[in-house]
Amino acid sequence: MKKNSKIIKFFTESNKAFTLISILLGFFIGGLILWLSGFNPFRAYQIIINGIFSKPTYISYTIIRATPLILTGLSVAFAFRTGLFNIGAEGQFIIGSAAALAGYYINLPAILLIPVVIFIAIFFSGLWGAIAGLLKSKYGIHEVISTIMLNWIALYLQNYFTSIKGFAKPNSEATKYIYDNAKITFLDNWKHTDQGIEWLKNHQLLKDILRTPANFGIFIAILCAILVWVILNKTTLGYKLRAVGFNKEAARYGGINIEKYTIISMFISGSLAGLAGGLHVMGVSHNITILSAMEGYGFDGIAVALIGNNAAFGTIWAGFLFGALKYGGTKIQPFMGAPSEIISIMIGTIVFFISMPNIIKISLNKILKKNKKRGDNAQ
Amino acid sequence: MLNNLALIIGVTLMYSTPLIFTALGGVISEKSGVVNIGLEGMMVIGAFIAATVGYYSGNPWLAFVSGGLGGAFFGLLHAVASVTFSANQVVSGIAINFLGPGVALFLSRIFFNGATTTRSIDLDNKIPRLLHGIFPNDSFLYYVFDNQYATSYIAFILVFIIWYLLKKTVFGLRLKSVGEHPAAADTLGINVFRIRYFAVISSGFLAGLGGATLSISVVSNFRPTLVSGQGFIALAAMIFGKWKPIETMFACLLFGLAQGLVIFVGQFDFHISSQLLNMLPYILTLIVLVIFVGKSVAPAADGIPYEKEQKH
Repeated sequence: MKKNSKIIKFFTESNKAFTLISILLGFFIGGLILWLSGFNPFRAYQIIINGIFSKPTYISYTIIRATPLILTGLSVAFAFRTGLFNIGAEGQFIIGSAAALAGYYINLPAILLIPVVIFIAIFFSGLWGAIAGLLKSKYGIHEVISTIMLNWIALYLQNYFTSIKGFAKPNSEATKYIYDNAKITFLDNWKHTDQGIEWLKNHQLLKDILRTPANFGIFIAILCAILVWVILNKTTLGYKLRAVGFNKEAARYGGINIEKYTIISMFISGSLAGLAGGLHVMGVSHNITILSAMEGYGFDGIAVALIGNNAAFGTIWAGFLFGALKYGGTKIQPFMGAPSEIISIMIGTIVFFISMPNIIKISLNKILKKNKKRGDNAQ
Repeated sequence: MLNNLALIIGVTLMYSTPLIFTALGGVISEKSGVVNIGLEGMMVIGAFIAATVGYYSGNPWLAFVSGGLGGAFFGLLHAVASVTFSANQVVSGIAINFLGPGVALFLSRIFFNGATTTRSIDLDNKIPRLLHGIFPNDSFLYYVFDNQYATSYIAFILVFIIWYLLKKTVFGLRLKSVGEHPAAADTLGINVFRIRYFAVISSGFLAGLGGATLSISVVSNFRPTLVSGQGFIALAAMIFGKWKPIETMFACLLFGLAQGLVIFVGQFDFHISSQLLNMLPYILTLIVLVIFVGKSVAPAADGIPYEKEQKH
């Protein structure tokens, strides 16, 4: 009996267990929908898993996909922990990627240029995030609203700059490429030289990995997760930020300047999402193009943060999970003709359940009440 | 010159219609105290279902209502989460925004042979243009009304119906009381849960109609970038309009005008960047929010789950 209640407690009060249940439900409902549409769900999942792990190229792509998601996830999670809901990671990502174009306008040795470009991406996207912080602390505008607006403003701002003469390549919807010294892709030049091609012929594993735009981004993302953990848990700044998130009035009573820390939090959150954008340009795309719609890195980041329980390290594995599903999911289309959008449905389902942390408790209460009523009636 | 003005008015009316349907949905839901950030996803599913039903049945009105019902289904999901299971409403709205496009594109690939763009509907099977061919060519009224689909008129009529419902009926009063102070409403015997369910499902229905308007009036098929953000513009219009139907309608018209100008500029090659014009609705919303600083106009219990206290 006691053991029983412990199990119930674990499932009703533990965040991690509930996240796990949500993920399983996501997979289950995804499979159910596939099955109802006439596809074999087990075969689909097998193709997805093979599509993620069976070749070094695939693993490399999965990591490349996960990198920006880990960072936008950290961005959203950081804001969450300080009591802010940053829906603006999408726009901050755009600003960061646009700012990384500095790599086309400045030319320095790589050892200097890479940090400079990263700094510029972080700085401008941080400012973009801070606008929402300022609007909240000075004008009382809820960050969910202001960041939705700022996302679209960022999108059209990037498109505007990309369409200006001088920024864009003539007759094209894309900008010029950043300098090689600003790229963080592994051996990007060498792998295309005769010598590189010759050497890689005899080294299959490296050849497979370098076939993809594998880059240093993942290390920076993991470093950022560690940094976020340290800032939140081991510094006075983090303590104050969390205090604001935990109980605003108490924090104010304790002498914390809430307005200031709201802006700081949004700056840090924005810079994390912007770093994702910057690294994406430096490592994968090397330029930016006119966007007809949002690319979704920031919105996916919200799901990553939620699945990762808004914890720094939770975000890493949630980012990998999401990145892997997004990459592996594209394979069911060619191999079995099943729509790869099943991945969005699964992610949506997971987030849907995560939005209701009380679902088990409330359902149990309802069932108990019903049973009690029935018992009362019987007496 | 005058004809250009008429043309801009006509395009504005056409482009604000989907926003009006959707924003009205936002008003109803939030007036009852449930934040609905999932309008975007509900619009997408509405647009897809309307385009598909329209293509296969050839009946635009059946398509239109089906689009609404598709949105209503996702409204129901949002209601189950946010009303029954006291969900974080913003998070469950975000889930809807993953699910709506996900389900729409999934079904599109199944119904249209792997394509994410549905097949076009013939002009005859689109929503009819009520005043088509009535005004003489090249007259002012011709440019304003000739190309206007019936959905535009429905949207404006609906604005006044919902205004009347909220302002003049007992039900409207109850709905607002649930959004302002659910506990007080509960003690007066108003069923908070039932009203919120009704409001959220209706808001899904209206957002679905908004999406349907896009796919079977404004254009003639569904494609992945069709809605791209209009649900969020509708949300902005609702805030801009201070959660009131008539003000919200004017906000939608303003945002529709911004879109209308983009089309207009595109046609005549003015030297204004369409990208900057596209930005206008969002900047305007932020400015308006800054100007109305300190005037909190959202319903008091907006976004807060209502949990009935345990009776002993």
